[in-house]
Amino acid sequence: MTVPHSTPYSTPHSTRFPTGGTAETADSADSAGGTGGFGSAAEAAGRATAAILADFAGGGHRGVIVDSPPGAGKSTLVVTSTLELAGAGERLMIVAQTNEQVDDLADKIAMRNPALTVGRLHKDGFQVPERVVRHPGVTASKKIDDVASCAVVLATADKWAYVSGHTWKWAIIDEAYQMRSDKLLAIAALFEQALFVGDPGQLDPFSVVDTERWAGLAWDPMQSAVAVSARLNDLPVHRLPVSWRLPASAAPLISEAFYPFTPFRSGTAHGDRSLEFTAAGFPASWDGTLDEAAATGWALHELPSRHTIRTDADAVQACAALATRLLRRGPVAHDEHGSHVVDATRIAIGAAHNDQVAAIRAAGVPPGVTVDTANRLQGREYDVTIVLHPLSGRRDATAFHLESGRLCVLTSRHRHACVVVARAGIPELLDAHPSTGRVRLNVPVKFPDGWEANHAVLAHLAAHRVPG
Amino acid sequence: MVFIPLKLAGEAAAPLGAMVGTDPAEPHLLVVPQPRNRDLRFAFMSELAQIMLPYIEGFATAKETVSGRNERERYLDAPQVIVPGRRGVEFVRLLGRSTRFRRSDGPYPVDPSVPVLGQWLTFLYERGELAGSSALLAMTDALSLHWATGQSPMEDANLATLLAWISPPPGLTGQEAAAAAENPIDRPPAGPDTDPGFDAQVLQPAIRAYDASGSPALVRQALRTQLEPTWRLMWEAVDLMRALPEAASVAERWAIDRDQYTREVTRLAEGGPPRGRRDQAGPAAIRLWDMEGAQQSYDAQRAYDDPLVMTEHRAAGKAFTGEAVHVDADRKILLPGGKKPVPRPLVTVRTSDPVRLTPGKRVFSVHRRRQSGEIVEIDGDLIVVQLNDQLAKGAGVPTPGDAVCFTELDLGGRIRPGFPTGEETPWTHGGPPAAYVPTDEDAVEAWS
Repeated sequence: MTVPHSTPYSTPHSTRFPTGGTAETADSADSAGGTGGFGSAAEAAGRATAAILADFAGGGHRGVIVDSPPGAGKSTLVVTSTLELAGAGERLMIVAQTNEQVDDLADKIAMRNPALTVGRLHKDGFQVPERVVRHPGVTASKKIDDVASCAVVLATADKWAYVSGHTWKWAIIDEAYQMRSDKLLAIAALFEQALFVGDPGQLDPFSVVDTERWAGLAWDPMQSAVAVSARLNDLPVHRLPVSWRLPASAAPLISEAFYPFTPFRSGTAHGDRSLEFTAAGFPASWDGTLDEAAATGWALHELPSRHTIRTDADAVQACAALATRLLRRGPVAHDEHGSHVVDATRIAIGAAHNDQVAAIRAAGVPPGVTVDTANRLQGREYDVTIVLHPLSGRRDATAFHLESGRLCVLTSRHRHACVVVARAGIPELLDAHPSTGRVRLNVPVKFPDGWEANHAVLAHLAAHRVPG
Repeated sequence: MVFIPLKLAGEAAAPLGAMVGTDPAEPHLLVVPQPRNRDLRFAFMSELAQIMLPYIEGFATAKETVSGRNERERYLDAPQVIVPGRRGVEFVRLLGRSTRFRRSDGPYPVDPSVPVLGQWLTFLYERGELAGSSALLAMTDALSLHWATGQSPMEDANLATLLAWISPPPGLTGQEAAAAAENPIDRPPAGPDTDPGFDAQVLQPAIRAYDASGSPALVRQALRTQLEPTWRLMWEAVDLMRALPEAASVAERWAIDRDQYTREVTRLAEGGPPRGRRDQAGPAAIRLWDMEGAQQSYDAQRAYDDPLVMTEHRAAGKAFTGEAVHVDADRKILLPGGKKPVPRPLVTVRTSDPVRLTPGKRVFSVHRRRQSGEIVEIDGDLIVVQLNDQLAKGAGVPTPGDAVCFTELDLGGRIRPGFPTGEETPWTHGGPPAAYVPTDEDAVEAWS
């Protein structure tokens, strides 16, 4: 079977943002290879950051969009921009989507510049973690009046929605592709200029209710904050060209499958990262899979083809057993920063559904290992990930299971290796269920297509197949 | 009020006829003898308005005053329209869309009642989009909420087979009765789509006869055979539903319907314009917020009211019931930043449910609504819950031996954030839109 990769579409910007995009900061000429040295990658990333800051702080545009592939230094960009603006004496607000993200940013900003006054606005009853309040410059409060005078104020989008009576000249919106358009509408009156930072390849916002009545409207509240702003305004789009998280074995695949028009590369070359086991393995199947993953960065632990219920007992057992076995073999990771033992906190198991997550937890996972759905793994990073393939054992391929963002999140959380657990027969399942989403008037075509992205990933994994 | 509309096959929203009324013994049969004739469609709508408007507007009589933060008046009752299925609900939307912009003056005048009915049909449809509203109901949906059958959800959308399965005639099993009810001659489709055999064999000759003679008698007769069986089924289903006990939250939900009805009466009395074709950015965001809030409250209320619904959540690990084995009612702790200790009782629950909640998770007490707490510790089948609020307001604390149930399902009711109005629409959403003014073009738009 051949995998349809080539696309007849022209330039990335004319398809994704019909009205946007003049600035081009990524050095796309040589960025697809992933073999560039550490130095040139750092230079490319530095150039991109400088261009973004110039565009944003220059004030020529009301908004600037930054597309960032997985692990490309999004938070670093947010922190750098914040310090730059605050250093010039400007007040600014920062919007993130979850309390964890807000706390991470507050911690990083306060660490980089302890003299800066940082306001952490939170909802009533929320406990701000110690790592944030330990900084003397940080004020945490549930009332905006307590923190409004700070140079930088951070809160979740949900909290900002209830703030009024204050305005800022500058706003930085983190994870803007996960923010719904209606949430942006509720806070847009608070700022004049915004920097939207996010990863376009991750999961789109969703709703529990039927939202078809707004399909096709430019301000459809179900779009992401970036999509609505870019559709109604002429905003420059930048992108960060280097993923520092993904290893050289993963970046080309993720870039080609999920970011077909905006290629990126890894910041490290082949050989910069390696995973070794201190305990030798048996020639049993778990170890065969783990050895393949350690050697090549990918492994497909393939179970016999079968139609199963969602919480497929064999696949669930395989996920838990692989994690257990992985830890027993004492993995040590070598990367550009040195070597460290991979402990349970550096390992994650990802699945599509909550009941699968619960089943995997119940199957006996070593303490400390993260088990979660794709939605909750967004933005996180681990050394090794084990993924239960969303289409494993299914009879059909629904839009939910085909959504490219779901597979993208699951296969792009790792620094060293990713093990995919799946039943055989997914390519045949995909061929039996060609992508047939409803076409609606005025709804921009979205790339990449989940069906095609799934095929691309499976074609690559076929070379790393280990029968389970 | 039961409303069974039929439409002409091959047209999006061409009414063919309807049976409507509030008394099972007195159905009103309305027909459009030549459905392709636009004038006859408006005549049909004006006839429909004469039946529906007195019913809908008839509830705007006795009012009560609701005290509280948002003091207001509301009518004691509100209209409720029941159609056979979801396609009927969609047809109500299309009828409203086709008529609400019409004018009684200007180039193509219609009866003044037609645009008013259009506004009301739009109101009913838009209420129906919110979970928990009973303003416009699809009978098959309502029945499926209360009865499980051996049919697929698609087969359950057929009123005749669904009812046959629920209450089969003596001597037949549900399955046999449902199979027998699939015959379109005895049990014509509940609409708005008609049976193609009927269209070709009966309807077409009848419409031709009308074109030739001008007498609608044959069309009336034809449609009566299609509508009467469904009419009887609808009232049979109404009787079934009336025999069910009312759930605890129904009054609360119906009060929201009454509130909205009261607002719509006031809005129309003040000459409120018809709703625009599309939502602007602000109204769209508000509506999405309301729809999600309604869905959340409705899901929680159903589970709180009905132990069988709660069982589903218990099986999924989102709720647990059990016995309070130990209660530390006098526990007081010092909150971070607080000055004096506040009461935070601990309840230890023994449960056999597969709990998938984690410590720190906010949970709600089903027996003491509005009281929330958080899970402190899970140890095997023992779960320790700290009660956080409503202690002074009389909700109280369980005593050892009490059956308790905690769940993560939230009844909701959060205050909506301030979304910008039209002229405040920010640059991110395209700036202030041009205000919508109904135009003559709207009023003469072709009814396709």
